Amino acid sequence: MGKLLEVKDLRVSFHTYAGEVKAVRGVSFELNEGETLAIVGESGCGKSITSKSILRLIPSPPGDIKKESQILYKDKDILKMNEKELRMLRGGEISMIFQDPMTSLNPTMKIGKQIAENLIVHRGMNKKEAIKEAVKMLQMVGIPNAQERVNQYPHQFSGGMRQRVMIAIALACNPKILIADEPTTALDVTIQAQIMDLMKELQNNLGTAIILITHDLGVVASIAHRIQVMYAGMVVERGTTDEIFYNPKHPYTWALLKSVPRLETKHKDTLYSIKGTPPDLLKPPVGCPFASRCEYCMEICKEQMPKPTKISDTQEVSCFLLHPNAPKVEPPQGIGGKL
Amino acid sequence: MGKYILKRASYMIFTLFIIVTATFFLMNAMPGDPISQQARKMPPEMQQMLRHKYGLDKPIAERWIMYLKQLLHGNFGDSFVTPGFSVNEIIKYKMPASAWIGIQAVIVGLLIGVILGIIAAFRRNTTADYIVMFIAILGVSVPGFVIAFLLQTVLGGKGNIPIAGWKSASETFAQGLRFTILPTIALCFGSIATYARYMRTSVLDVINQDYILTAQAKGISRIAVAVKHVIRNAIIPIVTILGPQIATIITGTIVIERIFSIPGMGNSMIEAINSNDYNVILGLTIFFSLLYIVSLLLVDITYSLVDPRISLTKKKK
Repeated sequence: MGKLLEVKDLRVSFHTYAGEVKAVRGVSFELNEGETLAIVGESGCGKSITSKSILRLIPSPPGDIKKESQILYKDKDILKMNEKELRMLRGGEISMIFQDPMTSLNPTMKIGKQIAENLIVHRGMNKKEAIKEAVKMLQMVGIPNAQERVNQYPHQFSGGMRQRVMIAIALACNPKILIADEPTTALDVTIQAQIMDLMKELQNNLGTAIILITHDLGVVASIAHRIQVMYAGMVVERGTTDEIFYNPKHPYTWALLKSVPRLETKHKDTLYSIKGTPPDLLKPPVGCPFASRCEYCMEICKEQMPKPTKISDTQEVSCFLLHPNAPKVEPPQGIGGKL
Repeated sequence: MGKYILKRASYMIFTLFIIVTATFFLMNAMPGDPISQQARKMPPEMQQMLRHKYGLDKPIAERWIMYLKQLLHGNFGDSFVTPGFSVNEIIKYKMPASAWIGIQAVIVGLLIGVILGIIAAFRRNTTADYIVMFIAILGVSVPGFVIAFLLQTVLGGKGNIPIAGWKSASETFAQGLRFTILPTIALCFGSIATYARYMRTSVLDVINQDYILTAQAKGISRIAVAVKHVIRNAIIPIVTILGPQIATIITGTIVIERIFSIPGMGNSMIEAINSNDYNVILGLTIFFSLLYIVSLLLVDITYSLVDPRISLTKKKK
């Protein structure tokens, strides 16, 4: 498995009237061929911005990707690509699907044409061939009556069906990487499972690497190989799925795991939620951004940002609790493990 | 679709009936009648004879029914003021000039307005945007007749542009075009402003939609995104205001034709009102109303063509 994508020290800010909002503050990660990397975190932690930056879909202004950032795809910096290279990359090498399938499709364009657009640009097909291929794509993502459906408009599809269409559009040109930005958040639970199964199946068949953005650890468990937990624009913990679920080290990861509803949860038990709100990224705290909400917060946490500590080859945590001088803290009971 | 149009047509007839009735009684409520206006110096006995001849001495309800009967035969009656001319003939002779100016104004207004709106939206917060928005504010706040006088003062008589007038029968279409320049601008200036403003808002609204992000993520060119995804969707609300804008143009012609002395229906309308020429007033009112109602129907049909989510007829399940 070769390295496909490497994000190095990604920093993204938004210039607003109130000042500079530092949405992503030095995120680095790698993605290997054919693997699924999940980026997990609550709203506003910078996970969507990170994923959109990979395709340079951040509107600028007000968005601003800092100069020191690098996003290497096959050793070429995406952030330095010209317009044409970027276009070939988008949809051809790296595709993206978005959160809300109800608004992600053009309402006045036939489904077939929306898939065909991709094929015409990246695979040099003519219109007729592209529509034919679009029918095949629709069949592949499990849409019945594909032949008829290509000539319909998005409003004639249900939410789950539309997300399937989005996946068909994204995978039409057989990209190396699929970025899925909360692909199931807007769907109900049974449809969620169907879409996740579909993505897993297509990954097995096509070997596409997936970056899955979500705030729902439950969604991640069955599909991701590696998980990276983000908080306030930074990666606070990363590891393989097993490591994150069976041996989490960061108090924020604990809190996230604790918030996942479980089968054995009693009806009258209140679901855990993390108290407080994420820090204001207009004035990010100097210390650990989670300090103000952390149950195990120490003095040092408010003054300094902890450096990442390696737990294993794959697991890395930024927390002072792992410092040799820190008190020993046990993770809360009944979190993680098999969901 | 055919059934829908038929249904709309029956509503139209009802609407027209109301318009005819209201106009008929309002017009009769105006002081004087065509005879007293035209034959002021005649002795009252002769005026009375004339009234009798034209049936003006009958009770108003009876005249109303007579007029409706006459309408059913497609006959608008004769002009009282210009003897020997039927209203049908007046419409036939006066319509070409009005139609020319009107259609030209609708097309020019729509094209320029939409293009300005698109430019303003894609170049938002730049000088180009500010200029377009300035024109837009000017266009909606300054009435058409003020623009008309300004144009006459500034441009009229310069080069080949006449201050007013119309092509003579011997001149060709191309030669006559110069007479239409100023009236067309005066007529469509307000529309340009309205379209530009709506189009700008609409484009900005569409640009922020998720599906534009989807389109960008496909790697298609910026121009393709702009044309196929942004403008295609942004144009839909414009169709909605097309109807009221056509009405503005129709009523605008009445004033504008007067200012530029264009031999059109608007001009005839004012003359008819001034001289209490009952049949001409009624005939032209009906004609203008019909024009407006039909254009509204066309707008609705266009709407269903540009937006697949809208269908005029109930779909079979």
